[in-house]
Amino acid sequence: MPTLTLIQAVNDGLKVSMRQDESVLVFGEDVGPKGGVFLATEGLTAEFGKARCFDTPLSEDGIIGTAIGMAANGLRPVCEIQFQDFIFPAFDQIVSEAAKLRYRSGGQYTAPMVIRTPYGGGIRGGLYHSQSGEAYFAHTAGLKVVIPSTAYDAKGLLLAAIEDPDPVLFMEPKALYRHEKGEVPEGHYTVDLSTLRTVREGDNVTVFCYGSMVPVVEKAAAKAAEQGIQCEVVDLRTLLPLDEQGVLDAARKTGRCVIVHEAPRFCGYGAEISAMIAENIIEYMEAPVRRVTGFDTPFPNTLEHHYLPDERRVLDAIEEVARY
Amino acid sequence: MVPQVIQLIDESGSAVSQLPDLGKDRLRAMFISMLRVRIVDGRMLTLQRAGRIGFVGTSTGMEGAQIGSAAALKAQDWLWSGLREGGAAVMRGLPLAEYVAQMYCNANDTAKGRQMCNHFQHKGSNYPSWSSVIGTQIPHAVGAAYASKMRGEDVVHSVYFGDGATSSNGFHSGMNQAAVWKVPAVFVCVNNGWAISVSAKAQTAAETYAHKASAYGMPAARVDGNDAVACYATMQAAVERARKGDGPSLVVLETYRIMGHSSSDDPSKYRDEDEVAGWIAKDPIQRLEQYLTSQGFLAEGEREKIEAELLAEIDTVIHEQEAAAPMALKTLVEDVYATVPGHLKRQYNDFIEVAERHGDAQPGDGAFPL
Repeated sequence: MPTLTLIQAVNDGLKVSMRQDESVLVFGEDVGPKGGVFLATEGLTAEFGKARCFDTPLSEDGIIGTAIGMAANGLRPVCEIQFQDFIFPAFDQIVSEAAKLRYRSGGQYTAPMVIRTPYGGGIRGGLYHSQSGEAYFAHTAGLKVVIPSTAYDAKGLLLAAIEDPDPVLFMEPKALYRHEKGEVPEGHYTVDLSTLRTVREGDNVTVFCYGSMVPVVEKAAAKAAEQGIQCEVVDLRTLLPLDEQGVLDAARKTGRCVIVHEAPRFCGYGAEISAMIAENIIEYMEAPVRRVTGFDTPFPNTLEHHYLPDERRVLDAIEEVARY
Repeated sequence: MVPQVIQLIDESGSAVSQLPDLGKDRLRAMFISMLRVRIVDGRMLTLQRAGRIGFVGTSTGMEGAQIGSAAALKAQDWLWSGLREGGAAVMRGLPLAEYVAQMYCNANDTAKGRQMCNHFQHKGSNYPSWSSVIGTQIPHAVGAAYASKMRGEDVVHSVYFGDGATSSNGFHSGMNQAAVWKVPAVFVCVNNGWAISVSAKAQTAAETYAHKASAYGMPAARVDGNDAVACYATMQAAVERARKGDGPSLVVLETYRIMGHSSSDDPSKYRDEDEVAGWIAKDPIQRLEQYLTSQGFLAEGEREKIEAELLAEIDTVIHEQEAAAPMALKTLVEDVYATVPGHLKRQYNDFIEVAERHGDAQPGDGAFPL
């Protein structure tokens, strides 16, 4: 089985999908002959031609708006927004149109499409190449929000997203594009959406995370284990619709929970996990839920390594919750 | 250069130029469709005033623009709509019963009562509903046209919007991408003078709306929107151009919204009654009636007879739809996704337990098995 980086796995997933289904097409800014600014779409125009992998004018609203029309008329568009920070001109098309088309038409028209977009910090991208906007989208009924953290999941979840009958926002942790490597099967396979991945088993503290925070949490959990604190590490993978039962089971297992994300804290995704635990299983909790997140500020540039939750901050929270 | 406003039949009902060869039957069918729009609008307004339906956006004064232009589309073509194209949908195949069910938002509405009134759809004639957000349907039409082109289909995508929508993101991105991709699309700007209370002159500093097309590298035409035959002929040329693979174009239908923006609007607050009176005198139905009469295609007093038939038709449909059931409660959580996910089942089950306790639940509204 070949070892691929996360971005190579995305590229492989796109190729597998386009080979098996002629209605799948890929477009966005610079995704054609250049292959995208991160090379996620490298080689697609050469293999599948300009009609199926092509550059668009510089309009996020236009990219996603036209993708909706393609999807409503029988194609399976996989469009790319170059950085998630640039998605907001298309927020209207995503929230008002793609997410609501099935509902508002009583199921007569649908928008099966995937919006791929790199998100998150760690590349010295400053305010506008680093944000984690998943909470805006996880608040949107009708949309699915998926964030892989491994090469295997990146390909399997991407194929599942393309084959899904509903619109999927597929957020790729750009910090892991080349740092995350793993064995990836050749050819077609899928990883079911709305399923969790147990990264590490443990009985003392449950840590929920996703995307670029998964390797950070893994390192913190390894350090905690040296002190005898065994962590159950859960990669959420699909934020919407979430496997709520899986989250509650994992939380109940230890009664001590930490949630880690790089997005800002206030109304962040961790708030939902915390509220679910409080509403459903508070009687099993041995300690207050702790969140380790980015600051409620714009994303910094030179100080990004302090903004992003790191191994030390995550370990500190694990220790505090374990001791409580 | 200001593009000439195309007119084939003048305000007195006389042909002033070569007319397309529509023949008696098609011209009469257009006329009847226009009359139906007016009659149905009148009935809907009455129902709204009586509190039976919530909202009406009429097409009064714009029947020629809507019906004339849409008559140039073939059955396989698409019409991506805005607020006021429901009459065109009926002409193209939307059953009147579904139209009225949508206005009542009742259980016969194919959209399951989820949208407010005046948001029609008809899959059978390729007519998706608009969302209410202005201009968002424009790039949808462009993407759908790309799909048709990619599959080599003989299908043109028309997209309708008002003068206000020319200021929207969707207009810009849609027009631009359509021209770059050279897709089979026709952009139809129904310039009815007013975007709720903002006049068409306050919407843009461009000399005409047609000027906007040149920046995107596509041709445009301006038409007397109250001349249904000119609307047909101009649209026909634009549709055929797209069909041949020569790319998209913009058609601006210059007309006027005689009534308020909707049943919730009082236009006397922002516009001059003399302006309205001037446009009432240019009525598109009367103009076509005069032309048809002059050609011997319409007998003396025939309009009144047709109107009586159309009234009886709509009243029968209204009577039927009044009796339809409200939507089942489960539709609250259905069609959000292809299958109802667990969290929505749990939210619904929590809700239905309270509803049942208070006697609000209907048969079939029971909980989802978890």
